Amino acid sequence: MTDHIAEMMERVADKLLPLDAWHRARGGRMVPFAGYQMPVQYEGVMAEHLWTRENAGLFDVSHMGQVLLTGDAPDVALEAIVPGEIQKLGVNRMRYSVLLNEEGGILDDLMVTRRERDLYLVVNGACKYDDLAHMRETFPDEVVITLLDERALFALQGPKAGEALASLIPEVASLYFMQAGAFTFEGMSLWISRSGYTGEDGFEISVDCDHAEVLADRLCALDVVKPIGLGARDSLRLEAGLPLYGHDLDETVSPVEGDLSFAISKRRRAEGGFAGAERILEELEEGTDRKRVGLAIEGRQPVREGAELFSGDRMVGKVTSGGFAPTLGAPIAMALVKSAFAPLGTALEAEVRGKRIPVTVAAMPFVPHRYHRPKTA
Amino acid sequence: MSRYFTEEHEWVEVEGKIATVGITEYAQQQLGDVVFVDVPAEGKQFDKGDEAAVVESVKAASDVYSPVSGTIVEGNDVLADEPGLVNSDPEGDGWFFKLELTDAGELDSLMDEAAYKKFVADL
Repeated sequence: MTDHIAEMMERVADKLLPLDAWHRARGGRMVPFAGYQMPVQYEGVMAEHLWTRENAGLFDVSHMGQVLLTGDAPDVALEAIVPGEIQKLGVNRMRYSVLLNEEGGILDDLMVTRRERDLYLVVNGACKYDDLAHMRETFPDEVVITLLDERALFALQGPKAGEALASLIPEVASLYFMQAGAFTFEGMSLWISRSGYTGEDGFEISVDCDHAEVLADRLCALDVVKPIGLGARDSLRLEAGLPLYGHDLDETVSPVEGDLSFAISKRRRAEGGFAGAERILEELEEGTDRKRVGLAIEGRQPVREGAELFSGDRMVGKVTSGGFAPTLGAPIAMALVKSAFAPLGTALEAEVRGKRIPVTVAAMPFVPHRYHRPKTA
Repeated sequence: MSRYFTEEHEWVEVEGKIATVGITEYAQQQLGDVVFVDVPAEGKQFDKGDEAAVVESVKAASDVYSPVSGTIVEGNDVLADEPGLVNSDPEGDGWFFKLELTDAGELDSLMDEAAYKKFVADL
Protein backbone atom coordinates (compact mmCIF):
# COMPACT_ATOMS: atom_id res chain seq x y z
CA MET A 1 0.00 0.00 0.00
CA THR A 2 2.98 2.35 -0.05
CA ASP A 3 3.78 3.38 -3.60
CA HIS A 4 0.51 5.03 -4.51
CA ILE A 5 0.18 7.16 -1.40
CA ALA A 6 3.85 8.14 -1.30
CA GLU A 7 3.68 9.19 -4.94
CA MET A 8 0.84 11.54 -4.23
CA MET A 9 2.63 13.20 -1.34
CA GLU A 10 6.03 13.45 -2.94
CA ARG A 11 5.95 16.81 -4.62
CA VAL A 12 4.97 19.89 -2.70
CA ALA A 13 6.51 22.74 -4.68
CA ASP A 14 3.54 23.02 -7.01
CA LYS A 15 1.66 26.17 -7.83
CA LEU A 16 -1.74 26.76 -6.28
CA LEU A 17 -4.92 27.28 -8.27
CA PRO A 18 -6.72 30.59 -7.75
CA LEU A 19 -9.44 28.54 -6.03
CA ASP A 20 -7.12 26.38 -3.93
CA ALA A 21 -8.80 27.25 -0.63
CA TRP A 22 -12.25 26.83 -2.18
CA HIS A 23 -11.41 23.27 -3.26
CA ARG A 24 -10.00 22.35 0.15
CA ALA A 25 -13.03 23.80 1.93
CA ARG A 26 -15.23 21.55 -0.21
CA GLY A 27 -13.29 18.44 0.71
CA GLY A 28 -11.11 18.36 -2.41
CA ARG A 29 -8.11 16.09 -2.06
CA MET A 30 -5.26 17.98 -3.69
CA VAL A 31 -2.57 16.18 -5.70
CA PRO A 32 0.23 17.42 -7.95
CA PHE A 33 -0.70 17.59 -11.63
CA ALA A 34 0.87 19.64 -14.42
CA GLY A 35 2.82 21.72 -11.90
CA TYR A 36 -0.24 22.60 -9.82
CA GLN A 37 -1.96 21.31 -6.73
CA MET A 38 -5.21 20.05 -8.25
CA PRO A 39 -8.33 18.50 -6.71
CA VAL A 40 -8.32 14.82 -7.73
CA GLN A 41 -11.63 14.13 -6.01
CA TYR A 42 -14.16 15.47 -3.50
CA GLU A 43 -16.58 12.70 -2.52
CA GLY A 44 -15.11 9.97 -4.74
CA VAL A 45 -14.25 9.41 -8.39
CA MET A 46 -17.07 6.95 -9.06
CA ALA A 47 -19.83 9.12 -7.60
CA GLU A 48 -18.47 12.25 -9.29
CA HIS A 49 -18.20 10.50 -12.64
CA LEU A 50 -21.78 9.22 -12.52
CA TRP A 51 -23.04 12.60 -11.29
CA THR A 52 -21.50 14.28 -14.34
CA ARG A 53 -23.10 11.74 -16.71
CA GLU A 54 -26.51 12.41 -15.15
CA ASN A 55 -26.41 16.02 -13.96
CA ALA A 56 -23.69 18.65 -14.28
CA GLY A 57 -20.16 18.79 -12.92
CA LEU A 58 -17.96 21.83 -12.40
CA PHE A 59 -14.27 21.25 -13.15
CA ASP A 60 -11.56 23.77 -12.32
CA VAL A 61 -9.12 23.56 -15.22
CA SER A 62 -7.30 26.80 -14.50
CA HIS A 63 -3.98 24.99 -14.89
CA MET A 64 -4.56 24.98 -18.65
CA GLY A 65 -2.91 27.67 -20.74
CA GLN A 66 -5.18 30.35 -22.18
CA VAL A 67 -3.24 32.10 -24.91
CA LEU A 68 -4.11 35.04 -27.15
CA LEU A 69 -2.60 35.54 -30.58
CA THR A 70 -2.87 39.08 -31.92
CA GLY A 71 -0.96 41.31 -34.32
CA ASP A 72 -0.41 40.63 -37.99
CA ALA A 73 -2.03 37.47 -39.43
CA PRO A 74 -1.79 35.16 -36.42
CA ASP A 75 -3.94 32.62 -38.31
CA VAL A 76 -1.36 32.30 -41.07
CA ALA A 77 1.42 31.96 -38.49
CA LEU A 78 -0.46 29.31 -36.55
CA GLU A 79 -1.18 27.30 -39.69
CA ALA A 80 2.56 26.76 -40.05
CA ILE A 81 2.50 24.50 -36.97
CA VAL A 82 -1.04 23.07 -36.96
CA PRO A 83 -2.72 21.05 -39.75
CA GLY A 84 -6.21 22.52 -39.33
CA GLU A 85 -8.08 25.19 -41.29
CA ILE A 86 -7.58 28.33 -39.23
CA GLN A 87 -7.73 31.09 -41.87
CA LYS A 88 -11.33 30.25 -42.76
CA LEU A 89 -12.44 29.52 -39.21
CA GLY A 90 -15.50 31.70 -38.61
CA VAL A 91 -15.71 34.29 -35.84
CA ASN A 92 -16.72 32.70 -32.52
CA ARG A 93 -16.15 29.22 -33.95
CA MET A 94 -13.62 26.83 -32.46
CA ARG A 95 -11.66 23.86 -33.66
CA TYR A 96 -9.61 21.07 -32.11
CA SER A 97 -6.07 20.91 -33.44
CA VAL A 98 -2.55 19.72 -32.70
CA LEU A 99 0.78 21.57 -32.49
CA LEU A 100 3.30 19.75 -34.67
CA ASN A 101 7.06 19.48 -34.65
CA GLU A 102 9.09 19.32 -37.86
CA GLU A 103 8.85 15.52 -37.82
CA GLY A 104 5.04 15.64 -37.71
CA GLY A 105 4.90 14.53 -34.08
CA ILE A 106 2.42 16.12 -31.71
CA LEU A 107 3.83 18.68 -29.26
CA ASP A 108 0.43 19.37 -27.71
CA ASP A 109 -3.25 19.29 -28.56
CA LEU A 110 -5.32 22.43 -28.28
CA MET A 111 -8.54 24.30 -28.98
CA VAL A 112 -8.38 27.28 -31.34
CA THR A 113 -11.16 29.88 -31.37
CA ARG A 114 -11.35 32.79 -33.76
CA ARG A 115 -12.64 35.86 -31.95
CA GLU A 116 -13.35 39.25 -33.43
CA ARG A 117 -9.89 40.66 -32.69
CA ASP A 118 -7.71 37.66 -31.92
CA LEU A 119 -7.22 33.93 -31.86
CA TYR A 120 -7.86 32.37 -28.44
CA LEU A 121 -6.08 29.11 -27.71
CA VAL A 122 -6.48 26.67 -24.83
CA VAL A 123 -3.48 24.37 -24.41
CA ASN A 124 -2.54 21.71 -21.86
CA GLY A 125 -1.24 22.93 -18.51
CA ALA A 126 1.79 20.66 -18.53
CA CYS A 127 2.83 21.93 -22.00
CA LYS A 128 1.92 25.60 -21.86
CA TYR A 129 5.38 27.09 -21.32
CA ASP A 130 6.93 24.85 -23.97
CA ASP A 131 4.10 25.74 -26.35
CA LEU A 132 4.70 29.45 -25.79
CA ALA A 133 8.42 29.04 -26.40
CA HIS A 134 7.74 27.05 -29.57
CA MET A 135 5.33 29.65 -30.90
CA ARG A 136 7.75 32.49 -30.11
CA GLU A 137 10.45 30.66 -32.01
CA THR A 138 8.24 29.83 -34.99
CA PHE A 139 6.04 32.90 -35.44
CA PRO A 140 7.09 36.11 -37.15
CA ASP A 141 7.73 39.02 -34.77
CA GLU A 142 4.52 40.68 -35.95
CA VAL A 143 2.44 38.07 -34.11
CA VAL A 144 1.95 38.88 -30.43
CA ILE A 145 1.58 35.97 -28.03
CA THR A 146 -0.01 36.61 -24.65
CA LEU A 147 -0.53 34.09 -21.85
CA LEU A 148 -3.71 35.00 -19.98
CA ASP A 149 -2.42 33.98 -16.59
CA GLU A 150 -4.88 36.23 -14.78
CA ARG A 151 -7.82 34.19 -16.09
CA ALA A 152 -9.25 31.08 -14.47
CA LEU A 153 -10.95 28.39 -16.56
CA PHE A 154 -13.91 26.21 -15.58
CA ALA A 155 -15.65 23.41 -17.41
CA LEU A 156 -19.33 22.79 -16.68
CA GLN A 157 -20.19 19.39 -18.13
CA GLY A 158 -23.16 17.06 -18.21
CA PRO A 159 -26.68 16.67 -19.65
CA LYS A 160 -27.98 19.36 -17.25
CA ALA A 161 -25.13 21.82 -17.91
CA GLY A 162 -27.22 23.66 -20.53
CA GLU A 163 -30.19 24.35 -18.27
CA ALA A 164 -27.88 25.10 -15.34
CA LEU A 165 -25.81 27.75 -17.05
CA ALA A 166 -28.83 29.22 -18.87
CA SER A 167 -30.54 29.71 -15.49
CA LEU A 168 -27.78 32.21 -14.70
CA ILE A 169 -26.96 33.47 -18.21
CA PRO A 170 -29.96 32.87 -20.52
CA GLU A 171 -28.03 33.98 -23.63
CA VAL A 172 -25.77 30.90 -23.58
CA ALA A 173 -28.71 28.78 -24.76
CA SER A 174 -27.98 30.05 -28.28
CA LEU A 175 -24.57 28.36 -28.41
CA TYR A 176 -24.16 25.05 -30.18
CA PHE A 177 -21.24 22.64 -29.80
CA MET A 178 -17.93 24.29 -30.75
CA GLN A 179 -19.35 27.81 -30.74
CA ALA A 180 -18.28 30.52 -28.33
CA GLY A 181 -18.94 34.08 -27.29
CA ALA A 182 -18.49 36.88 -24.77
CA PHE A 183 -21.08 37.12 -22.00
CA THR A 184 -21.52 39.12 -18.82
CA PHE A 185 -22.84 37.89 -15.51
CA GLU A 186 -23.08 40.02 -12.35
CA GLY A 187 -20.58 42.43 -13.85
CA MET A 188 -18.07 39.69 -14.74
CA SER A 189 -16.77 39.45 -18.31
CA LEU A 190 -16.89 35.81 -19.32
CA TRP A 191 -15.71 34.02 -22.42
CA ILE A 192 -17.87 30.93 -22.81
CA SER A 193 -17.64 28.12 -25.34
CA ARG A 194 -19.91 25.10 -25.75
CA SER A 195 -17.23 22.45 -25.54
CA GLY A 196 -15.49 20.13 -23.11
CA TYR A 197 -13.62 16.93 -22.43
CA THR A 198 -16.27 14.51 -21.17
CA GLY A 199 -18.33 13.66 -24.27
CA GLU A 200 -21.31 15.42 -22.66
CA ASP A 201 -22.94 18.70 -23.52
CA GLY A 202 -21.31 21.50 -21.59
CA PHE A 203 -19.31 24.69 -21.49
CA GLU A 204 -15.86 26.01 -20.84
CA ILE A 205 -15.87 29.34 -19.05
CA SER A 206 -12.96 31.75 -18.88
CA VAL A 207 -13.22 34.25 -16.03
CA ASP A 208 -10.96 36.75 -14.34
CA CYS A 209 -9.24 35.09 -11.35
CA ASP A 210 -10.70 37.76 -9.06
CA HIS A 211 -14.23 36.66 -9.96
CA ALA A 212 -13.61 32.93 -10.15
CA GLU A 213 -14.74 32.13 -6.64
CA VAL A 214 -18.04 34.01 -6.94
CA LEU A 215 -18.77 32.27 -10.23
CA ALA A 216 -17.93 28.83 -8.81
CA ASP A 217 -20.18 29.53 -5.83
CA ARG A 218 -23.08 30.66 -8.06
CA LEU A 219 -22.77 27.52 -10.18
CA CYS A 220 -22.43 25.11 -7.26
CA ALA A 221 -25.43 26.73 -5.55
CA LEU A 222 -27.54 25.14 -8.31
CA ASP A 223 -29.04 21.77 -7.32
CA VAL A 224 -27.75 20.00 -10.41
CA VAL A 225 -24.11 21.19 -10.12
CA LYS A 226 -21.34 19.69 -7.98
CA PRO A 227 -17.58 20.23 -8.12
CA ILE A 228 -15.82 17.33 -9.83
CA GLY A 229 -12.16 16.35 -9.55
CA LEU A 230 -9.43 15.36 -11.98
CA GLY A 231 -10.00 11.66 -11.32
CA ALA A 232 -13.46 11.74 -12.87
CA ARG A 233 -12.25 14.10 -15.60
CA ASP A 234 -9.84 11.35 -16.65
CA SER A 235 -12.38 8.49 -16.53
CA LEU A 236 -14.98 10.62 -18.37
CA ARG A 237 -12.61 11.55 -21.20
CA LEU A 238 -11.46 7.94 -21.48
CA GLU A 239 -15.06 6.74 -21.90
CA ALA A 240 -15.53 9.51 -24.48
CA GLY A 241 -12.52 8.19 -26.44
CA LEU A 242 -10.68 11.51 -26.13
CA PRO A 243 -6.88 11.27 -26.00
CA LEU A 244 -4.83 12.72 -23.15
CA TYR A 245 -1.63 14.44 -24.20
CA GLY A 246 1.51 12.96 -22.65
CA HIS A 247 -0.19 9.56 -22.49
CA ASP A 248 -2.10 8.68 -25.67
CA LEU A 249 -0.28 11.31 -27.71
CA ASP A 250 3.31 12.51 -27.55
CA GLU A 251 5.97 14.09 -29.74
CA THR A 252 6.58 10.82 -31.59
CA VAL A 253 2.92 10.26 -32.46
CA SER A 254 1.57 11.88 -35.63
CA PRO A 255 -2.07 12.95 -35.93
CA VAL A 256 -2.67 10.07 -38.36
CA GLU A 257 -1.26 7.52 -35.90
CA GLY A 258 -3.23 9.23 -33.14
CA ASP A 259 -6.51 8.68 -35.06
CA LEU A 260 -6.89 12.45 -35.37
CA SER A 261 -6.96 12.68 -39.17
CA PHE A 262 -10.25 14.58 -38.86
CA ALA A 263 -8.15 17.49 -37.57
CA ILE A 264 -6.25 17.71 -40.87
CA SER A 265 -8.47 20.01 -42.93
CA LYS A 266 -9.18 19.52 -46.63
CA ARG A 267 -7.35 22.61 -47.88
CA ARG A 268 -4.34 21.80 -45.73
CA ARG A 269 -4.20 18.27 -47.17
CA ALA A 270 -4.16 19.74 -50.66
CA GLU A 271 -1.69 22.52 -49.93
CA GLY A 272 0.53 21.14 -47.18
CA GLY A 273 2.72 23.88 -45.75
CA PHE A 274 2.63 22.86 -42.09
CA ALA A 275 5.32 21.33 -39.90
CA GLY A 276 5.76 17.64 -40.63
CA ALA A 277 3.48 17.85 -43.69
CA GLU A 278 5.70 15.52 -45.67
CA ARG A 279 5.29 12.66 -43.21
CA ILE A 280 1.66 13.37 -42.44
CA LEU A 281 0.47 13.65 -46.05
CA GLU A 282 2.31 10.46 -46.89
CA GLU A 283 0.71 8.70 -43.92
CA LEU A 284 -2.74 9.81 -45.09
CA GLU A 285 -2.03 8.09 -48.42
CA GLU A 286 -0.02 5.09 -47.36
CA GLY A 287 -1.21 4.43 -43.84
CA THR A 288 0.89 4.21 -40.68
CA ASP A 289 2.85 1.57 -38.85
CA ARG A 290 0.77 2.01 -35.69
CA LYS A 291 -2.56 3.47 -34.65
CA ARG A 292 -4.41 4.64 -31.56
CA VAL A 293 -7.32 2.30 -30.80
CA GLY A 294 -9.81 1.56 -28.04
CA LEU A 295 -9.75 -1.70 -26.12
CA ALA A 296 -12.53 -3.59 -24.38
CA ILE A 297 -11.11 -5.66 -21.51
CA GLU A 298 -12.37 -9.06 -20.41
CA GLY A 299 -13.07 -9.45 -16.71
CA ARG A 300 -12.83 -6.74 -14.08
CA GLN A 301 -9.12 -6.04 -13.71
CA PRO A 302 -8.15 -2.65 -15.13
CA VAL A 303 -5.34 -2.65 -17.69
CA ARG A 304 -3.28 0.48 -17.13
CA GLU A 305 -0.89 2.68 -19.08
CA GLY A 306 2.30 0.85 -20.04
CA ALA A 307 0.81 -2.65 -20.24
CA GLU A 308 2.22 -4.50 -23.25
CA LEU A 309 -0.14 -6.01 -25.81
CA PHE A 310 0.48 -9.36 -27.47
CA SER A 311 -0.80 -11.36 -30.39
CA GLY A 312 0.46 -14.80 -29.45
CA ASP A 313 4.14 -14.29 -28.59
CA ARG A 314 4.48 -11.13 -30.60
CA MET A 315 4.41 -7.77 -28.84
CA VAL A 316 2.19 -5.57 -31.01
CA GLY A 317 1.55 -2.48 -28.92
CA LYS A 318 1.20 -0.77 -25.59
CA VAL A 319 -1.65 0.58 -23.53
CA THR A 320 -1.45 4.39 -23.38
CA SER A 321 -4.20 4.94 -20.85
CA GLY A 322 -6.58 2.61 -19.14
CA GLY A 323 -8.85 2.30 -16.18
CA PHE A 324 -12.28 1.42 -14.96
CA ALA A 325 -15.24 2.92 -16.80
CA PRO A 326 -17.86 3.76 -14.17
CA THR A 327 -20.64 4.26 -16.75
CA LEU A 328 -20.01 0.80 -18.21
CA GLY A 329 -19.01 -0.96 -14.99
CA ALA A 330 -16.04 -2.49 -16.79
CA PRO A 331 -12.40 -1.70 -17.55
CA ILE A 332 -11.51 0.05 -20.83
CA ALA A 333 -8.28 1.31 -22.36
CA MET A 334 -6.64 3.13 -25.23
CA ALA A 335 -3.53 1.79 -26.89
CA LEU A 336 -1.08 2.33 -29.71
CA VAL A 337 -0.93 -0.90 -31.71
CA LYS A 338 0.65 -2.02 -34.96
CA SER A 339 -1.82 -1.17 -37.72
CA ALA A 340 -2.25 -4.81 -38.75
CA PHE A 341 -3.81 -5.34 -35.31
CA ALA A 342 -5.91 -2.15 -35.29
CA PRO A 343 -9.13 -3.35 -37.04
CA LEU A 344 -12.20 -3.46 -34.80
CA GLY A 345 -12.71 -6.84 -33.19
CA THR A 346 -9.03 -7.87 -33.26
CA ALA A 347 -8.38 -10.13 -30.26
CA LEU A 348 -5.17 -9.42 -28.31
CA GLU A 349 -3.81 -10.07 -24.84
CA ALA A 350 -2.57 -7.51 -22.33
CA GLU A 351 0.14 -8.48 -19.89
CA VAL A 352 -0.62 -7.30 -16.37
CA ARG A 353 1.64 -8.42 -13.53
CA GLY A 354 2.70 -11.51 -15.42
CA LYS A 355 -0.86 -12.49 -16.35
CA ARG A 356 -2.39 -12.37 -19.81
CA ILE A 357 -5.77 -10.66 -19.98
CA PRO A 358 -7.87 -11.00 -23.17
CA VAL A 359 -8.72 -7.66 -24.81
CA THR A 360 -10.51 -6.71 -28.04
CA VAL A 361 -10.03 -3.67 -30.26
CA ALA A 362 -13.27 -1.72 -29.77
CA ALA A 363 -14.94 1.33 -31.32
CA MET A 364 -14.61 4.67 -29.60
CA PRO A 365 -16.25 6.52 -28.01
CA PHE A 366 -17.01 3.82 -25.46
CA VAL A 367 -19.91 5.96 -24.23
CA PRO A 368 -21.76 7.90 -26.97
CA HIS A 369 -21.14 11.64 -27.20
CA ARG A 370 -24.11 13.85 -26.40
CA TYR A 371 -22.99 17.19 -27.78
CA HIS A 372 -25.49 19.99 -28.35
CA ARG A 373 -25.57 20.22 -32.12
CA PRO A 374 -28.11 21.92 -34.42
CA LYS A 375 -30.91 19.55 -35.38
CA THR A 376 -30.53 18.32 -38.92
CA ALA A 377 -33.62 17.53 -40.96
CA MET B 1 -7.20 -12.47 19.61
CA SER B 2 -5.17 -9.38 18.85
CA ARG B 3 -4.85 -6.96 15.97
CA TYR B 4 -1.64 -5.54 14.55
CA PHE B 5 -0.95 -2.85 11.94
CA THR B 6 1.80 -2.00 9.43
CA GLU B 7 3.15 1.29 8.13
CA GLU B 8 1.85 0.18 4.73
CA HIS B 9 -1.69 0.35 6.15
CA GLU B 10 -2.43 -3.35 6.42
CA TRP B 11 -4.04 -4.91 9.46
CA VAL B 12 -3.36 -8.40 10.81
CA GLU B 13 -5.75 -10.22 13.12
CA VAL B 14 -4.15 -13.22 14.82
CA GLU B 15 -6.03 -16.20 16.22
CA GLY B 16 -3.79 -19.07 17.19
CA LYS B 17 -1.46 -19.69 14.22
CA ILE B 18 -3.79 -18.12 11.67
CA ALA B 19 -3.44 -14.48 10.66
CA THR B 20 -6.17 -12.63 8.71
CA VAL B 21 -4.90 -9.69 6.62
CA GLY B 22 -6.69 -6.70 5.14
CA ILE B 23 -6.18 -2.99 4.51
CA THR B 24 -7.18 -0.29 6.95
CA GLU B 25 -9.96 2.28 6.88
CA TYR B 26 -7.30 4.93 6.18
CA ALA B 27 -6.00 2.93 3.22
CA GLN B 28 -9.42 2.47 1.64
CA GLN B 29 -10.11 6.18 1.98
CA GLN B 30 -6.86 6.99 0.22
CA LEU B 31 -7.54 4.49 -2.55
CA GLY B 32 -11.08 5.53 -3.29
CA ASP B 33 -13.56 3.29 -5.08
CA VAL B 34 -12.11 -0.21 -5.28
CA VAL B 35 -13.02 -1.92 -8.55
CA PHE B 36 -10.82 -5.02 -8.51
CA VAL B 37 -9.01 -7.19 -5.97
CA ASP B 38 -6.67 -10.08 -6.73
CA VAL B 39 -6.10 -12.33 -3.71
CA PRO B 40 -3.50 -15.11 -3.47
CA ALA B 41 -4.41 -18.77 -3.90
CA GLU B 42 -4.33 -21.33 -1.11
CA GLY B 43 -0.89 -22.85 -0.58
CA LYS B 44 1.13 -19.84 -1.76
CA GLN B 45 4.05 -18.98 0.51
CA PHE B 46 5.16 -15.46 1.30
CA ASP B 47 8.01 -13.92 3.19
CA LYS B 48 7.31 -10.85 5.25
CA GLY B 49 7.09 -7.87 2.86
CA ASP B 50 6.35 -9.87 -0.30
CA GLU B 51 3.67 -8.59 -2.70
CA ALA B 52 0.72 -10.81 -1.87
CA ALA B 53 -2.36 -9.16 -3.34
CA VAL B 54 -3.39 -6.37 -5.70
CA VAL B 55 -6.08 -3.80 -5.09
CA GLU B 56 -7.20 -1.48 -7.87
CA SER B 57 -9.31 1.62 -7.51
CA VAL B 58 -10.72 3.72 -10.33
CA LYS B 59 -7.55 5.77 -10.06
CA ALA B 60 -4.67 3.36 -9.54
CA ALA B 61 -3.32 -0.09 -8.77
CA SER B 62 -1.62 -0.78 -5.44
CA ASP B 63 0.18 -3.76 -3.98
CA VAL B 64 -0.77 -5.30 -0.70
CA TYR B 65 2.26 -6.77 1.07
CA SER B 66 2.24 -9.75 3.36
CA PRO B 67 2.89 -8.21 6.78
CA VAL B 68 4.25 -11.53 8.08
CA SER B 69 5.73 -14.71 6.61
CA GLY B 70 3.42 -17.65 6.11
CA THR B 71 1.39 -19.96 3.87
CA ILE B 72 -1.98 -18.90 2.48
CA VAL B 73 -4.85 -20.98 3.83
CA GLU B 74 -7.63 -18.90 2.24
CA GLY B 75 -8.14 -15.91 -0.04
CA ASN B 76 -11.36 -13.88 0.25
CA ASP B 77 -13.05 -14.97 -2.98
CA VAL B 78 -16.09 -12.81 -2.29
CA LEU B 79 -14.00 -9.77 -3.29
CA ALA B 80 -13.88 -10.95 -6.91
CA ASP B 81 -17.58 -10.12 -7.29
CA GLU B 82 -17.85 -7.51 -4.55
CA PRO B 83 -14.63 -5.45 -4.54
CA GLY B 84 -16.62 -2.61 -2.97
CA LEU B 85 -16.52 -4.51 0.36
CA VAL B 86 -12.99 -3.15 0.72
CA ASN B 87 -14.53 0.33 0.88
CA SER B 88 -17.60 -0.46 2.93
CA ASP B 89 -16.02 -2.82 5.48
CA PRO B 90 -12.22 -2.81 5.09
CA GLU B 91 -11.47 -4.07 8.58
CA GLY B 92 -14.22 -6.74 8.53
CA ASP B 93 -15.83 -8.50 5.54
CA GLY B 94 -13.35 -6.80 3.19
CA TRP B 95 -10.41 -8.92 4.46
CA PHE B 96 -7.95 -10.12 1.80
CA PHE B 97 -6.39 -13.41 2.90
CA LYS B 98 -5.63 -15.72 5.82
CA LEU B 99 -2.24 -17.29 6.29
CA GLU B 100 -0.62 -19.71 8.68
CA LEU B 101 2.22 -17.94 10.47
CA THR B 102 5.77 -19.19 9.94
CA ASP B 103 7.20 -17.12 12.77
CA ALA B 104 4.86 -15.56 15.31
CA GLY B 105 7.85 -13.54 16.53
CA GLU B 106 7.50 -11.30 13.46
CA LEU B 107 4.36 -9.83 14.96
CA ASP B 108 6.49 -8.03 17.53
CA SER B 109 7.72 -5.61 14.88
CA LEU B 110 4.18 -4.48 13.99
CA MET B 111 2.17 -1.69 15.60
CA ASP B 112 -0.76 -2.12 17.93
CA GLU B 113 -3.95 -0.13 17.35
CA ALA B 114 -2.91 2.83 19.51
CA ALA B 115 0.48 3.10 17.80
CA TYR B 116 -1.13 2.87 14.33
CA LYS B 117 -3.68 5.56 15.18
CA LYS B 118 -0.83 7.85 16.19
CA PHE B 119 1.09 6.90 13.02
CA VAL B 120 -1.87 7.87 10.81
CA ALA B 121 -2.55 11.07 12.77
CA ASP B 122 1.06 12.15 12.13
CA LEU B 123 0.91 11.56 8.35
